[in-house]
Amino acid sequence: MFKLKPLILLLSITVPATGLAQSPEQKGLEIAQAAKAYDKGFTDNTANMVMTLKNKSGQTSRRLIRIRTLEVEGDGDKSLSIFDEPADVKGTKMLTYSHGLEPDDQWLYLPALKKVKRISSRNKSGPFMGSTFAFEDLGSQEVEKYTYKYLRNEPCGEMNCYVMERYPAYRFSGYTRQVAWLDTEGYRVIKVEYYDRKKSLLKTLVASDFQQYLGHYWRPGLMDMVNHQTGKSTLLEWKDYEFKTGLTDRDFRSQTLKRIK
Amino acid sequence: MRYAVAGLGLLLISVSAAAEFSGNVAAEAAIFSESPQFEDQFDDNFTFSFQPKWDGEWNDGDDLWSLELFLRADDKDAGREHADIREALWLHVDGDNEWRIGINTMFWGVTESRHLVDVINQIDRVEGIDGEDKLGQPMIHLKRYQDWGVLDFLLLPGFRERTFQEKEGRLRTPLVVDTDQAEYESSEEERHIDYALRFSQTYGDLDLGISWFKGTSRDPVLLPGFDDQGNPVLTPFYEQMTQAGVDAQLIYENWIWRLEFIRREAESNDYDAYTAGFEYTFYGILESVVDLGWLLEYSADSRPDDEADILNNDVFLGTRFAFNDAQSSEILAGFFIDADNQSRSFRVEGNRRFGESWKGTLELQTFSDIDPDDLLAALERDDFVLLEMAYYF
Repeated sequence: MFKLKPLILLLSITVPATGLAQSPEQKGLEIAQAAKAYDKGFTDNTANMVMTLKNKSGQTSRRLIRIRTLEVEGDGDKSLSIFDEPADVKGTKMLTYSHGLEPDDQWLYLPALKKVKRISSRNKSGPFMGSTFAFEDLGSQEVEKYTYKYLRNEPCGEMNCYVMERYPAYRFSGYTRQVAWLDTEGYRVIKVEYYDRKKSLLKTLVASDFQQYLGHYWRPGLMDMVNHQTGKSTLLEWKDYEFKTGLTDRDFRSQTLKRIK
Repeated sequence: MRYAVAGLGLLLISVSAAAEFSGNVAAEAAIFSESPQFEDQFDDNFTFSFQPKWDGEWNDGDDLWSLELFLRADDKDAGREHADIREALWLHVDGDNEWRIGINTMFWGVTESRHLVDVINQIDRVEGIDGEDKLGQPMIHLKRYQDWGVLDFLLLPGFRERTFQEKEGRLRTPLVVDTDQAEYESSEEERHIDYALRFSQTYGDLDLGISWFKGTSRDPVLLPGFDDQGNPVLTPFYEQMTQAGVDAQLIYENWIWRLEFIRREAESNDYDAYTAGFEYTFYGILESVVDLGWLLEYSADSRPDDEADILNNDVFLGTRFAFNDAQSSEILAGFFIDADNQSRSFRVEGNRRFGESWKGTLELQTFSDIDPDDLLAALERDDFVLLEMAYYF
């Protein structure tokens, strides 16, 4: 017995030093956990989004959406999207209680009928407002939504990035795999490649123009999502980010959807 | 006096400065494919509608006001030419209480083919036969949020009569309804104060609502009579009623199950009615981004056939294509089949956006194999195509 002790001691010293026992899967998971932990405590935020859809021949169409998000301890975030343009959907509002692997709870307020409708949110792979973003690309990023595999570190612009693969754990995801570039300091998601169910490259997201809020939280000013198979792209311009605005659960109730301006 | 005028002017300026203005203006052309069943009915029609809305808020969003109007000018159908205040409301939020005072339009219920539980607002029948266009209702409404559910208390002073087509209009009753001769069971007539209560709550994937209404029925009994020139007409008679209702919706994977049930007690009849069914959605059909939904709903009514409304033993089969494209293109099609006499009505509606501000709708409605005793018999020759172009601002 006493002979083993030095061996165990020796192992416990050498393993962290060489990093041999940490698999790429564990390292990927640790990065994802660290990214989530880094963003923790933002409490709530509001922002305005200009979404420009562009088709293959270059025709554009524009949407204006205001977004309010509330951080929820131990579950996915609550978010409210208020549509201001195009004019025919003005006043439409979408409320989402996101959950990790369970389908989200989602309600839609339809101003023409003055009706709040609970909708099925199982299909997270569907396009958001006719854009190249799917609902699952815009939803709150929870660690358990994927399994991970760390690939390498490499420079990305002026930063240094972790490159890792993410495999959706959600059964109805539209993807088999994603490759994500996260910067090593602020866990900013710089770029994501999305591979479809047939494992071919479907889309690439490039985020840029990052701003830091409250001296800590990073948010992109621009997100450009190109669909390589259809030639369509969508540019999101994020404006007027505000954090810790005092939003509470009361601002995210399905029955208040009708009155919210 | 001068100060009062100046004050009012200032108030108007500050209100309009704080107000947001939105709405739409629409032109609609309809062509009926068969010659009319009743004398004087038109073959085609052209009509305009205008629906402006102003709203604003103060006290950091704890107080809100809104004004929404609806106006229709109609080429041939005087019954359709009307104006209505859909909303003229002051809304005050006080923690878990919300007060709404003024005129409002609301929607209760979950089923797609029939709206049994939805009894607060009168139906604006001349605007459509599906009961989804409604007249503004004066009310004092308290909504209270509790941990165990949401409670709505409504006091409804001032009754709105249902609108009906005049003799030139298509899609009408065989005899014209003479709205000038409306009568009431209550001696207080349209000044009778109605009230309603509702409890609603979400339990995971289940949404449940239980409602209760006591007051003047929004559905008139149509009685034979004569107008002042001695022509036979129908006259609306508005009874007092008590209605209890339940509505429930359950989401499970690609299924949405829906149920509405009511028990209504009134002088003419005590009866139960329900609509129940499901919607099943195939997402991204044929490896596209198009979603295809199927709807099946069944409606029943315990009244004898000759006293029941149109949906007394009817099946609704519907389908919904959502193209998920930049123009938000959509096609909805629905079949009603009467299980007793096989009378059928069919409607298909397609709409899409043009540019950033226009929306076009094409609608086709047919009635076929209508049983002469079915309430639809009056609409048998009213198949139509309708094109609407709306400009939103």
